[in-house]
Amino acid sequence: MRLSPDELIFWQYGFIKLNATIMYTWGLMLIMIVSSKIITSKLSSGLNRSIWQNFLEIIVTTILTQIEQVGLSRPRKYLGFLGTLFLSIAVASLCTIIPDYEPPTGSLSTTAALAISVFVAVPIFGIEEQGVGEYLRSYTEPTLIMLPFNIISEISRTLALAIRLFGNMMSGTMIIAILLTITPFFFPIFMTALGLLTGMVQAYIFSILATVYIAAATRTHKAKPEIGE
Amino acid sequence: MDTYMTTIAVASIVTSGITISIGVIGPAISEGRAVATALSSLAQQPDASATITRTLFVGLAMIESLSIYCFVVSMILIFANPFWNSAIV
Repeated sequence: MRLSPDELIFWQYGFIKLNATIMYTWGLMLIMIVSSKIITSKLSSGLNRSIWQNFLEIIVTTILTQIEQVGLSRPRKYLGFLGTLFLSIAVASLCTIIPDYEPPTGSLSTTAALAISVFVAVPIFGIEEQGVGEYLRSYTEPTLIMLPFNIISEISRTLALAIRLFGNMMSGTMIIAILLTITPFFFPIFMTALGLLTGMVQAYIFSILATVYIAAATRTHKAKPEIGE
Repeated sequence: MDTYMTTIAVASIVTSGITISIGVIGPAISEGRAVATALSSLAQQPDASATITRTLFVGLAMIESLSIYCFVVSMILIFANPFWNSAIV
């Protein structure tokens, strides 16, 4: 029984391997880029829009609203990164409907890559918003003794992001694989539906957590008002 | 050595069963309490339902990830066991 799509290798040349994870990721990228290019080639701002343009607008405005609600004041700046995170994980999980497909997020390499990109993006956005000195000083909030604990918490929440997504996706595919060998007809369909639901929830969780981390890093500390005056 | 292989096999299987069964007790109880509290606060303030729902889901994902850690350890013991692979060779 396969633990992850990493083990299904299509082509190998010495050290370089093309495994199922990479091929499925490329396929998803192709689908998303081609479909959004086609939909956004003829945009109209009147009342007469196509269904697909409406669909994309709903997605973009919902993501912008969510980013603003978490506490980031200019959501357009972060829409590229956070929207891409949400959409890639959501589409990767939605395509489970297609037979013979395994989500590439069911492999620890993909989820570790996503978590590392969040780990790198949080200081970049924080420094962009606050400046290097202010951002580094925020690690010593509230006291200097908290400095190692803040650093450890940064690393551990990156690890938790990667393993949470990997565990949810891997458990979904593994339960379906096990059930297919036991009761082949109806029960696997319910488990696939449950896997779809948890995939969408995990996509939302991943992007909301990334938003919360970025909001915590870009929160400017204004001067505290004097008490009693 | 056959006795070592049997010992490794028995130990891994028993441990993975115990890991997953004890590991999900805590998260299950706390998720139930979290949902119950969220429901009662929704009943008290229905117009904050967006914030409450979003915070509930984020909290549930945090709790769920602990049981996922136990599940990953259990799967590693069964399917990607390093001691078993080196004992076979």
